[in-house]
Amino acid sequence: MVLESLWTVKEFFVYPNEYIYWAIQIVMYPFMTGLVAGAFVLSSLYHLFGIKPLKEIARFALVFSFALLMVAPLPLLLHLAQPQRSLYVGLTPHFTSAIAAFGVVLFVYGSVVAAELWFLFRKHLVEVSIELKSKTNKSLAEKIKYMVHTILTLGAMDVSDASLKLDAKAIKVLAGVGVPIACFLHGYAGFIFGSVKANALWMTPLMPVIFIMSAIVSGVALCMLIYIIIMGMKKFIVSRKNDSAALSTLKEINSEEISTVQTSVKYLIFFMIFSISLELLDLVFRGYTAVKSWDILRNVIYGTDFINIFLLQYLMGNLVPFILLLLPGLKIRRLIPALLLVLFGVFMMRWNVVIGGQSFSLTFSGYMDYQLPIIPHGLETFKEGLGGALLIAVLPFILFWILNKIFPVLQTKGPD
Amino acid sequence: MHILRPLFVVLAIAAIILIARSIWIPSDFGIHERGYTYGWYRQSNIEEWKNFTVKYQGREFCVTCHAEQVQKLTSSKHKNIECENCHGPALSHPADPLKLVLDRNRELCLRCHTNLFYPNSQRSQIKGINPDQHNPGLECVLCHNPHEASKPR
Amino acid sequence: MNRRDFIKLTIKGTAAVMLVNGLDIIFQPPDVHARTSPRRFVFLVDIYKCIGCGFCVKACKLENEIPFDAGVSRTWVERYVVNGEGEVFADTPKEARYGFTTGRIDLGRGKFKDIPQEKTKKAFFVPKLCNQCEKPSCVQVCPVGATYQNADGVVLIDRKWCIGCGYCIMACPYGMRFFHPVHRVADKCNFCYHRINQGLRPACVQACPTGARLIGNIKDPGDPVEKIIRTQQVAVHKPEYGTNPQVYYVGLGEEVR
Repeated sequence: MVLESLWTVKEFFVYPNEYIYWAIQIVMYPFMTGLVAGAFVLSSLYHLFGIKPLKEIARFALVFSFALLMVAPLPLLLHLAQPQRSLYVGLTPHFTSAIAAFGVVLFVYGSVVAAELWFLFRKHLVEVSIELKSKTNKSLAEKIKYMVHTILTLGAMDVSDASLKLDAKAIKVLAGVGVPIACFLHGYAGFIFGSVKANALWMTPLMPVIFIMSAIVSGVALCMLIYIIIMGMKKFIVSRKNDSAALSTLKEINSEEISTVQTSVKYLIFFMIFSISLELLDLVFRGYTAVKSWDILRNVIYGTDFINIFLLQYLMGNLVPFILLLLPGLKIRRLIPALLLVLFGVFMMRWNVVIGGQSFSLTFSGYMDYQLPIIPHGLETFKEGLGGALLIAVLPFILFWILNKIFPVLQTKGPD
Repeated sequence: MHILRPLFVVLAIAAIILIARSIWIPSDFGIHERGYTYGWYRQSNIEEWKNFTVKYQGREFCVTCHAEQVQKLTSSKHKNIECENCHGPALSHPADPLKLVLDRNRELCLRCHTNLFYPNSQRSQIKGINPDQHNPGLECVLCHNPHEASKPR
Repeated sequence: MNRRDFIKLTIKGTAAVMLVNGLDIIFQPPDVHARTSPRRFVFLVDIYKCIGCGFCVKACKLENEIPFDAGVSRTWVERYVVNGEGEVFADTPKEARYGFTTGRIDLGRGKFKDIPQEKTKKAFFVPKLCNQCEKPSCVQVCPVGATYQNADGVVLIDRKWCIGCGYCIMACPYGMRFFHPVHRVADKCNFCYHRINQGLRPACVQACPTGARLIGNIKDPGDPVEKIIRTQQVAVHKPEYGTNPQVYYVGLGEEVR
């Protein structure tokens, strides 16, 4: 039997070749690129518009966006049946296909983020390079560190105030250029689905906009969550000292955290409202115009996928966190479950688009049920199963940890 | 100006990619008759498909050796059935395979001779049986000769 | 100019040429190519003539090396049964590779539906195969140019170039495409291009005992298939998708999906 039959169960009249060909990795793909775009937009809110309370979260969001960016193509690679040929997309691109420009878009966007990071941390790179250069008898680790940092300076060793001012200007320009590119990167993922005319659920011009809005929601939520965790760790370390100086530091951290979080929550709520409105508009419009495909779509949305769409996505992923965020007297303790639910909600939205779009047949009179492979029986069921999805979810954190060694965003504070 | 350095790095990478592309791309890859939208492909692939092996040779091939059997068949009600439908694809028989395996399965006959009274299909005009009632479990060829379909053995 | 300068210049020059070569797509002309082939293969299916024997499916699988029991097929036969209340029941058990040997409709998940003879108001078989559309959406969405339409109007797949993304499978409104279970690249019916190119009929056409499946060349005015398409009432599947399919059907009803 074909591989896809391992996770597809058919019911009623389905064409023989129909299976759920785009499985969990294609759910992960828009989820990850969404986080990339969202994290970048959050960081640009500070770098471009100068929203001060977002300063620390913005610096960190940029580095995290870069880590996510490096992972974003991986789900696609894991999904390909012939991954060794993935570079053919750059070799003989067929630009009438929405996928063909993916490499170009990713490269341009990656360049912008990398350049912005370089300007943000150039001073640090130069300082490390100079410090290690003067040091005699370096250990191997130090030698490597020296080499990496020196190469990364690209030979621009001038850290005078005048040149640093130029850097700040460049950051602003790149942040400005980056926002439309980030939105394009993700709106583009939406276009990949929205332009499939054979798929009644996917085909809507709203798809790219819906994707962008939910992307920003997920990116902001993830950055806030990690920010809270990092601040919690800082507080934990300080509180163990148990003296009066520690107490005042603790207060300082607390007040900074609250002001950052409160501002972020405002933006989060704003984008959530936007995102949910668009999704509901799409649903209402489909129901009202009720074209030929509506009969089967209604059965999927209100029937087979009811739990996934209304309970998990809209109720648990949107309404509950929305209430938690809006309740007066915002507490960090309440914020954490709210943010986790927001992330879960966006993930379920991706799931319901990708899997939901394949859960009904092209015949409009049959259904396909997706059963995620949990225990891998081989490489294929690992890649297209729970294991592969978790791998993709964990990788950005590992990459962030490595990137943090070069761009120490957690240890240092940026200039005002 | 140091602020242009990242741009130079990006341009250098892009140049390397483009140079690599010009070396690696097959020389016969290009735009053909149907234009870029529908005709962007590797030309030699058409030859590859043309050289795909033919397996079903048709009755014209069978008759060169098995004239008598073909003659029998074509004067029976089964005259429209291709030999290879039941005997399997000839390939380069008799060199390979030496002998064709004949499908004697009851299911083979039931493809046409299960009674299905479908008013909008020619199927309803074919003589058929109810396989659950008509000698279930027995091979049809025990009584019927498929080459002389009208009469029982 | 000394030797070193010459080598440097040569390298620079070659790199520049290659760079421009690498950008060729930008300089390629748009779709202005004229059709020169004297052939445009089309297909004609007569729904009344199809008896649901499934010999076409069997022949196709063996001819085109599609693993017989893999659960995917380049062609298949569907059955439609309409009862007195106008309810439509349809199935294609195992792609009909073993034909239709029972009157029970396969509902999937191990369930079946019996429709007694007296309640069967309308019933027929519909063979399906790739429509070799004039505007194939599967080709439009291939990111690497691994699937294409050749001059004869047949949509082919380059097995050495397909990256296996599955976008073409998603883009086909007819569900024709699948991943080949062995080669793990996209696959679908190509009218048996290796056969029709040398004047043979496709395996399914040859295997059909009733002449329900015919291939023809719509550019040849003497072609019997061309004559039927030009002079009789024929229809195609799902024209609303704008793909301009080239498999024509005689007797196609609205209940066919």
